[in-house]
Amino acid sequence: MKQLLILSGKGGTGKTTIASAFIKLSNAKVYADCDVDAPNLHLIIGQGSEPKKTDYYGLPKSEINPELCIECDQCRQNCRFDAISVKRTYKVDSFACESCGVCEYVCPVDAISLKPAIAGELMLYTNEERVFSTAQLKMGSGTSGMLVTEVKKQMKLADPDTELAIIDGSPGIGCPFIASLSGVDMVLIVAEPSISGISDMERIIKTAAKFGTKIAICINKFDTNYANTEKIELFCKNKGLTFVGKIPFDSDAVKAINNGQTIVDINCASGLAVREAYNKAMELLFKDDNGSR
Amino acid sequence: MKIAVLSGKGGTGKTLVSVNLAAVAQKSTYIDCDVEEPNGHLFFKPIDVQEEEVSVKIPQVDNERCNGCRKCVDFCKFNALAYIKDKLIIFEEICHSCGGCIMLCPEKALTEKEKGIGKMQRGISDEVTVYTGILDTGEASGISIIKKLLVNNKSKGDEQTFIDCPPGSACIVMESIKDADYCVLVAEPTLFGVHNLNMVYELVKLFNKPFGVVLNKCVDGENPAEKFCLEKNIKILKRLPFDNELGMLNSNAEIAARKTKKYYAIFSSLLETVKREVQYETTTNS
Ligand code: SF4
Ligand code: SF4
Ligand code: SF4
Ligand code: SF4
Repeated sequence: MKQLLILSGKGGTGKTTIASAFIKLSNAKVYADCDVDAPNLHLIIGQGSEPKKTDYYGLPKSEINPELCIECDQCRQNCRFDAISVKRTYKVDSFACESCGVCEYVCPVDAISLKPAIAGELMLYTNEERVFSTAQLKMGSGTSGMLVTEVKKQMKLADPDTELAIIDGSPGIGCPFIASLSGVDMVLIVAEPSISGISDMERIIKTAAKFGTKIAICINKFDTNYANTEKIELFCKNKGLTFVGKIPFDSDAVKAINNGQTIVDINCASGLAVREAYNKAMELLFKDDNGSR
Repeated sequence: MKIAVLSGKGGTGKTLVSVNLAAVAQKSTYIDCDVEEPNGHLFFKPIDVQEEEVSVKIPQVDNERCNGCRKCVDFCKFNALAYIKDKLIIFEEICHSCGGCIMLCPEKALTEKEKGIGKMQRGISDEVTVYTGILDTGEASGISIIKKLLVNNKSKGDEQTFIDCPPGSACIVMESIKDADYCVLVAEPTLFGVHNLNMVYELVKLFNKPFGVVLNKCVDGENPAEKFCLEKNIKILKRLPFDNELGMLNSNAEIAARKTKKYYAIFSSLLETVKREVQYETTTNS
């Protein structure tokens, strides 16, 4: 299975719009949304069916049994995350608790235990020909990197033999991003021609390079700022990064998305441009490292 | 007065709104808590920048003392420790710095060292004090940087502070809005926008924060985000138009309110609305 991960520093750059177009164009049988904090892909590539839902248990959260507690204060003093407070009794703030287990270890009377806690929900849409793996993290749960790993695992298990999988990546450069990056064959970075977009792009490239993953870059809304578009193209050239295309700003794209369609489902300028970027990206993805296909 | 600006996702105009609000507020503080991809400083271009390393505590092992009992390995909930080939290996990137392993090692073979994970910068741009947190690439969590940014600002009581939050609704966002007096949610007029708005809406409700919405990139025609606000009876603070001039200024990292009178007026009136809302909230809740 070749895995193509589509990334952009921030949301709003059209990452999901482009991922959905790629899924349509490649007729991919397997795809996933790794933005578990704010998944959007299902809004346009919904399967029209109910997904199979599985509770996702993150790390267990600490709980104090007030009947056993002798109020020695050890747990509160040793919790590095300020998750334990005392009002009338000793209590754990489950949003702040990082599940490290220190309080359980220090409690002299075994009043504390770590209890399983639901941290999100995995969703798997399947029909005869397609598999779509996604998830939603519960608000304030901190373990999104692990949930991303589960989304990818669920995707692979459902159809291990398929040739191509397309993954809508996680934003940022923190743990969910790192989790979405691991094991993929190539990343496509969707950049925006803005100063902030360029800054974000450079940060992603740095991390992806650490993993030794193939990198391709395309620019979305390139015509909103020609000077910055040129800067990005030049940057790619200087760094020897493959540049696969420029997609124009297109108000039809917004309309398509609001109708739950991809931009290649309708006849529009951005749809045309994304086809070209797609062809180049696929060429790079399936090219062997020794240069032949 | 602390105003947190958030959105379900990046790219919706969170930085646009918070940067311009701070700019029109004149004497104010801007804190960029989007430590994974801080962009505010690109707009403010602060001068007199002072930098401070931010570090976390990470265990280090004295191999002479370690007898390989693996107690620390079994304890670590994050699998940051492994005992391989007669040696304790520490995966620093995934350690959460809980201190547990150090506490329990029977041989006292573990001690703590400081490890830099990023930095905090403080600079001045006109009358705005600009704080920026920057997470090093390859590090998993920027929470400790955010904590530091916010603690640093605690002392200044009445000055207006604008917090540019990280995207999403995960724990890192909660940390950023904890002390806020008011939350401004920024939303885009798309199906995605509504979905993302709904998540931060749930978040501010959970935290019982007063809040209002800024509708960004408004064009003629249907606005799903606006519909959502009307349905849920959410206060709309402002509708920002989609226009090329604003888009261009923004993509060139210019502060629109400092560039043209028109945008100065728009963001001042937004600030006035927010201030009124905060006042209203404090009088009704006291
Ligand atoms: S498990 Fe760790 S973070 Fe949670 S309350 Fe106990 S000591 Fe604090
Ligand atoms: S360590 Fe145990 S006994 Fe002591 S205060 Fe905490 S819960 Fe109570
Ligand atoms: S607990 Fe201490 S002695 Fe045991 S393996 Fe860990 S470092 Fe070594
Ligand atoms: S400090 Fe905590 S998280 Fe880090 S290695 Fe030790 S037990 Fe694991």
